[in-house]
Amino acid sequence: MEPDRGAPPPETGPELGGQTPAGAAPAVWRSRLTPRQLVRWETGLAVVVIAIGILGASTSSQFLTGSNMLNLGLQSGEIAIMALPMTLIIISGEIDLSVASIMGMSSALLGYLFGKGWPLLAIFAVLLLVGVVAGAINGLLVTRVGLPSLAVTIGTLGLYRGVAFIVLGPHTIANFPVAYTNIGIFGVLNTNLSFSAAVFIVLAVIFGVVLHFTPVGRSIYAMGASPEAAIFAGIRVKRVKTMLFIVSGVTCAMAGALLTFRLSTAVNTNGIGLELDVVAIVLLGGVSIFGGKGTIVGVVLGVLAFAGISNALLLTNFNQEAASIPIGGLLLISVFVPQMAAFSGRLRDVIARRRRSAPALGAGHE
Amino acid sequence: MSTTLAPPREPSGAPADVSSRRLTERVFRVRESGIIVVLALFVLITALIQPRFVSSSNIQFILVNTSVYALVALGETMVIISRNVDLSVQSVLALSAYLSTSLFGHVHGIPIPVVFLVGLGIGLACGVANGLMVSLGRVPSLVVTLATLYIIQGIDILVVGGNEVVASSLPAGFVAIPNVAVLGIPWLAVAIAAVIGAGAYYLRSFRSGRELYAIGSNPDGARLAGIPVARRVFTAFTLCGGIAGVAGVLWASQYQTINTSAGGNNFSLIVIAAVVVGGVAIFGGSGSAVGAAIGALLLETISSALNVLGISDFWDQAIAGFLLLVAITLDRLITIRLAAALRTRSARDGT
Repeated sequence: MEPDRGAPPPETGPELGGQTPAGAAPAVWRSRLTPRQLVRWETGLAVVVIAIGILGASTSSQFLTGSNMLNLGLQSGEIAIMALPMTLIIISGEIDLSVASIMGMSSALLGYLFGKGWPLLAIFAVLLLVGVVAGAINGLLVTRVGLPSLAVTIGTLGLYRGVAFIVLGPHTIANFPVAYTNIGIFGVLNTNLSFSAAVFIVLAVIFGVVLHFTPVGRSIYAMGASPEAAIFAGIRVKRVKTMLFIVSGVTCAMAGALLTFRLSTAVNTNGIGLELDVVAIVLLGGVSIFGGKGTIVGVVLGVLAFAGISNALLLTNFNQEAASIPIGGLLLISVFVPQMAAFSGRLRDVIARRRRSAPALGAGHE
Repeated sequence: MSTTLAPPREPSGAPADVSSRRLTERVFRVRESGIIVVLALFVLITALIQPRFVSSSNIQFILVNTSVYALVALGETMVIISRNVDLSVQSVLALSAYLSTSLFGHVHGIPIPVVFLVGLGIGLACGVANGLMVSLGRVPSLVVTLATLYIIQGIDILVVGGNEVVASSLPAGFVAIPNVAVLGIPWLAVAIAAVIGAGAYYLRSFRSGRELYAIGSNPDGARLAGIPVARRVFTAFTLCGGIAGVAGVLWASQYQTINTSAGGNNFSLIVIAAVVVGGVAIFGGSGSAVGAAIGALLLETISSALNVLGISDFWDQAIAGFLLLVAITLDRLITIRLAAALRTRSARDGT
């Protein structure tokens, strides 16, 4: 992941790696969020979400209507779903950049097998299996071979997307049964909640419970905060991380099916480039890229901020793709806020040093 | 060529037969040797099946197509060696490609070098922004450059809108840049090889270049050793941005239709893949600019080989991804082996 994080440096180069003690953790690591600051970030984010709601409603009368809420859920449902396993993976100190490619691979396979006349139930079973295998490849390369997840999942990002290209080629499959493609038009049970958003809510509860209220969840924090300590505490770090990658694979394969039915189209580029959106949402939600910190509530708020900004800009006829500017800005704020205390401390140091080295100047002013 | 900053584990009072052993060891230690072998094998096998692959026009094609990637890979290498990463290169490239070449339409008869300078300037500005935030703010570069990737992309979308620069608005001299060749070797490739050579020399032999390796190997140690970490990291990001800016102008001269999707969707990740395939460790501290360039060359060669062999383009991505996995796995296994071998030897010689 981010090279500066506190995980034990991977053994790069013939430098007799593995002998570097965990004490090599960089300075950034020590000046991390305290729980209080973390709460503050999520409260701040909640305020931002409300502000987006008010701004959106004041610029467009359609923003808070039910049909627009349906649209909002439709637009962002699948990305939001993929953000949940990503949250757990980043908290555990790893990253998975292959999520959008797994989604694309699943979508392409769905189209291909459907075109071959397979029954949908059998196809779902295959997608599930593909998700497990894709995640297991990531997980095993990271945990058993000991490779950095950033590099591994950039590789599988190409590999899985490549499988989508090979499977589907230039074809477009579009004749899915209406009963399924309806999830791209109607809400669940005649409400304005899109199917993907409903799936997201259910999964968010499950992931939230697992992360915050079970031993497995606590072990995820532990291995993210200090991998060595987690091992010494008897946590099966490798096994849990492999499981997380598999869960991510399965979830993304499922999101791929949802995306395919919503668009009622399977093409080899489905979901391309979404991986960075997913990472952005998770980081926006206050999850530390160094691992060990973050909450599902924060990520849900991150999803709302992301979806709200994109949707509000769409309604105001602003170029919707330029939504990346406020999202990028928020991301910067999210990473700078926890650093503020340390930053002002450094600034004070610098000023103090200036004073000492130039006392005459300081005295002159007084 | 090996620019790993490995602690020299040469035993004192080396026995006589050590020099021959040292030579083989040196060859194995050159991180790039593996990928050079793969590249050579690939070219050889493809050429045996389809001799057209090594025709001068195809080689020229491969070299020109590699140029932009190899150039950006140079900047990315500097950043990655210092244990950082720059995800924003693709949006910097796209913004620079559009803004600089749109000058051809606005300013009549503007000299081509000026357009390159504008591209350089745009890239430097983006690089400075990244560098300041990472080095002074001491925030993770992955997050910062992910954010600037978004922001610069958004600016690009706002500036470009639905417009695009089309080939007809570009002067003939500019469009010809990728095509000028002497003795079958495109000038562009020669120029870029020279730039990469200079970059590699800087990283390898200049103090400030070597210090990037030290920072990447152990940031805290580097700070304690008195290396101006913030300044070096800032410089790496600035250079990386500037290079991406120039690459944008080159990209424009090659593809000639410039809109918001210049560079493509996954450009940054492809560049990082090339760098890593080329033997640069993703967590910094080792690797070389030449290796990264060879990595870019290998990825492009593969895609061209598939093309020549009549295998559909659709296999490109999968093979490139697979190759990246093989490269990092092999590197890892060799590292473990080598570390074990060195440990036993220093233990033996130490007694």
